[in-house]
Amino acid sequence: MTPLLRVENLTRSFGGRIGCADVSFDLYPGEVLGIVGESGSGKSTLLNCMAGHLAPDSGKVIFDTRADGPTDTLTMSEPERRMLSRTDWAFVHQNPRDGLRMRISAGGNVGERLMAVGARRYGTIRSRALDWLERVEISDDRIDDRPAAFSGGMQQRLQIARNLVTGPRLVFMDEPTGGLDVSVQARLLDLIRGLVRRMGLSAIVVTHDLAVVRLLADRLMVMKDGHVIESGLTDQVLDDPQAPYTQLLVSSVLQV
Amino acid sequence: MTDEAYNFAYLDEQTKRMVRRAILKGVAVPGYQVPFASREMPMPYGWGTGGVQVSAACLTPEDIFKVIDQGADDTTNAVSIRKFFEKTAGVAVTEKTTAATIIQTRHRIPETPLTEGQILVYQVPIPEPLRFLEPRETETRKMHSLEEYGLMHVKLYEDIARHGEIATAYAYPVKVEGRYVMDPSPIPKFDNPRLVSAAIQLFGAGREQRIYAVPPYTQVVSLDFEDYPFDPSKAPHPCALCGAEDSYLDEVITDDAGGRMFVCSDTDYCTQRRAQQDGAAA
Amino acid sequence: MISVDNLSKTFTLHNQGGQVIPVIAGATFSVAPGECVALTGESGAGKSTVMRILYGNYLAQGGSVRIGDVTLTEAEPREILALRRETLGYVSQFLRVVPRVPTLDVVAEPLLALGVAEAEAFERARGLLTRLRIPETLWTLSPTTFSGGEQQRVNIARGFAHRYPALLLDEPTASLDPTNRETVLRLIEEAKSAGVAIVGIFHDKGARDRVADREIDVSSFARAVA
Repeated sequence: MTPLLRVENLTRSFGGRIGCADVSFDLYPGEVLGIVGESGSGKSTLLNCMAGHLAPDSGKVIFDTRADGPTDTLTMSEPERRMLSRTDWAFVHQNPRDGLRMRISAGGNVGERLMAVGARRYGTIRSRALDWLERVEISDDRIDDRPAAFSGGMQQRLQIARNLVTGPRLVFMDEPTGGLDVSVQARLLDLIRGLVRRMGLSAIVVTHDLAVVRLLADRLMVMKDGHVIESGLTDQVLDDPQAPYTQLLVSSVLQV
Repeated sequence: MTDEAYNFAYLDEQTKRMVRRAILKGVAVPGYQVPFASREMPMPYGWGTGGVQVSAACLTPEDIFKVIDQGADDTTNAVSIRKFFEKTAGVAVTEKTTAATIIQTRHRIPETPLTEGQILVYQVPIPEPLRFLEPRETETRKMHSLEEYGLMHVKLYEDIARHGEIATAYAYPVKVEGRYVMDPSPIPKFDNPRLVSAAIQLFGAGREQRIYAVPPYTQVVSLDFEDYPFDPSKAPHPCALCGAEDSYLDEVITDDAGGRMFVCSDTDYCTQRRAQQDGAAA
Repeated sequence: MISVDNLSKTFTLHNQGGQVIPVIAGATFSVAPGECVALTGESGAGKSTVMRILYGNYLAQGGSVRIGDVTLTEAEPREILALRRETLGYVSQFLRVVPRVPTLDVVAEPLLALGVAEAEAFERARGLLTRLRIPETLWTLSPTTFSGGEQQRVNIARGFAHRYPALLLDEPTASLDPTNRETVLRLIEEAKSAGVAIVGIFHDKGARDRVADREIDVSSFARAVA
């Protein structure tokens, strides 16, 4: 089986400081990979390098494109990369304000990606938007409201709808449940899990919340000081951590 | 009579050459916004500094110049710009659309069809059609270069969602020659079909330092949805003065009791029609 | 179906002075299809540890574990995930689920993950929940709020939803009343006769004697005392 994404020796430093160093892994279709580590461990740098938001110093990010098979996205032309990021890729930001257009209605937010790939029939765009609002449990009478009038959890669900409407194959998520109430988090996690399974999505989820990765991720990478210090099956890494830092991380979680 | 204190058409020759280079580039790449080193002009921004610089770069001593503001030759802005070039370039001026070789305009395209050899110069306040959707100039430039125009349709989508139809009535976005999305300046959407013209159309934005162009017979398509097609509608009245049913109308309030009338916004068109009607009656 | 060869496991507590705790060493046994093997030994002997290694939840320090044709101890995470999806089931002592997810969905999930049609998956889930006497009024609720016994039965229903060729059972009858205990033992017997290889931990001697074909005393695996 061809990996959907193959990352090879991805490295990025900021002056003398390491952002992430020599990160390599394969992600297969349908897999959810969690990346955990404390603030400054390099997990967000890594995510941004993979998603094309940040140029790495070296390394490869090889994506199995529909048209040409595995292709290094870092050597793609910008139009190709941007096309990829609004069709086969999606990026869910921690803060929905970064991923939504706050002055545009919920329907317009969901419809934008459709229009970006050429949808020109209002009725179709509208019904696709309604369908997706329903899937993320936003009532259809909110379609013309702006996200500014939504709660944090609703904004995050809207961001997910906006990202998934074009049927991407790879979703990058940066702390998708950060800043949300616990009750809202659970609902969102359940929603993401269901969508991932039904759509056969692959996802890379960056978080510092071990409970989130336990529920969402099949596999886990633990980062510290820009390096991947441990990786494996999520439950194995969390239940039988090998590296000293991972043991510390796992044992530091407060029990409820 | 040219005021000897000024170079021909106010701007120095080097500046006019610079502006002409921008114009030529604009004509070569229809709809593309060409940056140019806009000069301070003896009028405030918003009063046509871009259009004036484009006109200055195009004028020759033989040209016959016309200026309209919202279709009218006799408004303050039109009168001052016309006088400006009378004084600094000594060119002949006219109010007749058919007689003019260069027409500078704000917010209208003349009703009378333009012909080959004529130049229409638009005053443009904001050249970037994506500006209010994406505030970052770096990003909008990238969107133009990569033809990422989905956002433009988001605006039209919002219109329909909110108002049941595309409510954008002026500065209605167009796609030029299947490539660049362009702001046609704040002309009413009624004028959009006339953007396909035999004349050269030049757009100057002084404050924003951009020039763009639509060469003769260039394809210009107003953006729309398949199920909400572009509709260049106007007020459903005839002109109260000349009776024209096909011209764009201004609403004029006539008293304090709510009295109003609709008249042609293109004063020359209305005048010509009334002269014809008088001639026919006589 | 399941073969364990010279397995060893130690825990290194890096944050407690690097203390190394040996748990098992030299564990060797195998389980044939249709056979049920019970792990025995006093508390702390390492029964649960062996179970967890068999599921890939704990890493082995040495030796090998083969489940079907997969060498678990060398497999890639995605191979282990596929194994867990298709071949290897595990009924743990505790139910771990996403809060808010209805019981019926929890039980049907292993089948849905295999691509079984929703109607069929939910039919099977309903059947198992009925057999295990979970009142229908609870099916639409999340099991996180259930009693210990109910949670365990939901866990068992989930473990038996798909007919895994290899099944690990950690105290499946521990907190059950006699009626439900009987149901669970029947489920185990049915699985055995269908050719499932089972490894279980049963503190309940009666249950053990009834379903287990062999017993393996985990404390017999010589511990390399540090």
